[in-house]
Amino acid sequence: MTLTNFDREKGLARLATMERIRAFEEVARRAAVDEALVLGAIHLSIGQEAVATAVIEPLRRDDYILSTHRGHGHTLAKGADAQAMMKELLGREGGCCGGKGGSMHIADFGMRMLGANGVVGANITIAAGAAHGIKLLGGDQIVVCFFGDGAANRGPFLEGLNWAGVFDLPILFVCEDNRYSASTLTSDMTSGNVADRARALGLPTTEADGNDVTALAATAAEITARIRQTGKPEFLHARTYRLSGHTYFDPATYRPEGEADEMRATRCPIAKLRGELVQAGVAEGDLDQVRQAAEKEMDAALDAARDAPWPAAASVFADVQDIGSPVEEAF
Amino acid sequence: MVRMTYADAAKLAVAEAMRADPTVWCVGEDLGRGGVFKQYTGLVEEFGPKRISDAPISEAAIMGAAFGAAMAGTRPIVEMRFADFALCATDELVNQIAKARFMFGGQSRAPMVIRKPMGMWRSSAAQHSQSLESWYVHIPGLVVCCPATPQDNYAMMKAAIACDDPVVYLEHKDIWATEGEVDTSLPGRFGKAGIRRAGMDVTLVSWSNTANLCVQAADRLAEDGINAEVIDLVSLWPWDKRAVLTSVKKTGRLVVAHEAVCVAGFGAEVVATVAQTMVLKAPPVRLGSPRGLIAYAPNLEDQMRVTADMIAAAAKKTMEFETA
Repeated sequence: MTLTNFDREKGLARLATMERIRAFEEVARRAAVDEALVLGAIHLSIGQEAVATAVIEPLRRDDYILSTHRGHGHTLAKGADAQAMMKELLGREGGCCGGKGGSMHIADFGMRMLGANGVVGANITIAAGAAHGIKLLGGDQIVVCFFGDGAANRGPFLEGLNWAGVFDLPILFVCEDNRYSASTLTSDMTSGNVADRARALGLPTTEADGNDVTALAATAAEITARIRQTGKPEFLHARTYRLSGHTYFDPATYRPEGEADEMRATRCPIAKLRGELVQAGVAEGDLDQVRQAAEKEMDAALDAARDAPWPAAASVFADVQDIGSPVEEAF
Repeated sequence: MVRMTYADAAKLAVAEAMRADPTVWCVGEDLGRGGVFKQYTGLVEEFGPKRISDAPISEAAIMGAAFGAAMAGTRPIVEMRFADFALCATDELVNQIAKARFMFGGQSRAPMVIRKPMGMWRSSAAQHSQSLESWYVHIPGLVVCCPATPQDNYAMMKAAIACDDPVVYLEHKDIWATEGEVDTSLPGRFGKAGIRRAGMDVTLVSWSNTANLCVQAADRLAEDGINAEVIDLVSLWPWDKRAVLTSVKKTGRLVVAHEAVCVAGFGAEVVATVAQTMVLKAPPVRLGSPRGLIAYAPNLEDQMRVTADMIAAAAKKTMEFETA
């Protein structure tokens, strides 16, 4: 990688985003394992931070994203408040979903983050629809839809990509390929490959290293600018690696021995960017400070979440529906 | 008052809503040619192909994309063609649309009308004939509506489009051409039953086309001097418990009839609600399809039907019941 045009400020900003995602998830993992504060399953994107960081960087605040069950990184990168997210993971009042959704349904509509999703691939048609809505209303926003490699084997992948192509919708589909579908090697369960499927559906398709944030950010900037200009869908296949298990309590023993260790040692996206920044003349100590600031922020988020009360009991009946609301109908 | 068909009544409601609100749009297969039952005829000429949008045969994408477009600020009317085909979009409806507002802590709404033409339609066999309304009543987050008359198909469609909650809107395929008077000034209200016939002797409760059969049954009962009260629930969630309880309090007798399979049908909910509340003069009756499948051959298909005669006979039986 040539560093001729390396932008130190942007590099530091990306590092800050990736470190915040990493720290958020490490803190959440500790809160789950050591303190049993996170009661439900959380799916960590440790090792995949570059995809969220690079692809969301060129987006405007009013652009939309949709995410997956592994969605903390996308949500943070889009600008959601870490403290509200941590409260949500702990199921507390002040959580971004009022403690009703938890990690798998994290959302921040104010940041146009239209939700993580507990069903693999389900967000693909919904994201296409958000782009359809933009087009109907005459807006110039775009949509980014993140999903994993496993989602490419679900029907909504075909239906959603076809839909976006047929209606010429301003959307970028991002397959964040971390190699594993829960505990199964995706390539064992996939005929052909994902990028070819997108090409077959007529979408301009880019394949990229999902752990090289610098290169990926440049690629994402180009693609998103093109989508905003043409209003037409594109597809990005970003190869990355899931350093943790499927859930935080999954030891991932189904992986070849040493695979995760080797990937952590050689392909960590944060380590790679740090190397580039050092080469560009940034002091190691400055980089450490970025990490420490992120850790401090997320520790504080956990403290705030730990101290937050449970949601008001009556809120369980709120926001179900207005017509025929359980508040009125329960008997 | 204007005389029009059940299909045209809904179409008028859709057209009026689309004229009033540019964010209302329709999406489904074949809509540009009027839809499979011609319930959209003429709309594409007035509103254009963006707002009367054709769709690929992709039920999951129709449902999911409409939901996404709803979250982005539009009010979609989703056409599923047949209620049976809507099962291809079950995740989108049940796991996504019905739950999003709650799961996201009130951040999102899904103001959608999901049209699912339902019910038996001569010789359409097992995959084009089902009545699955009770499934949707079981899903918190959804409003469920089953209009039986042109008046209600106009008024309730208007109400459904105006509603900020997702509405599963089940029109009966066998009555598209049924004509009736429509008063466009009457508002539709979810959870408000219609008293189709007033009576003192026995309460007949139904919805969708079986409510029309109950009116026929009441005519036959009247010939025998029995005055049946016919309650058309119109919407099943919410449903008008008060109207049913008030009527049965008066009559002391209850027959609930529906086209869907009797086992675990919504009739069970109505009967249980009444039975938990009061003592009747005769045991309550549920009429529904046997738990069998709808066949193609008419003589086989008919064995799954609830008829006006069956409803009248059941009502008579409650009149003849003597406590031991």
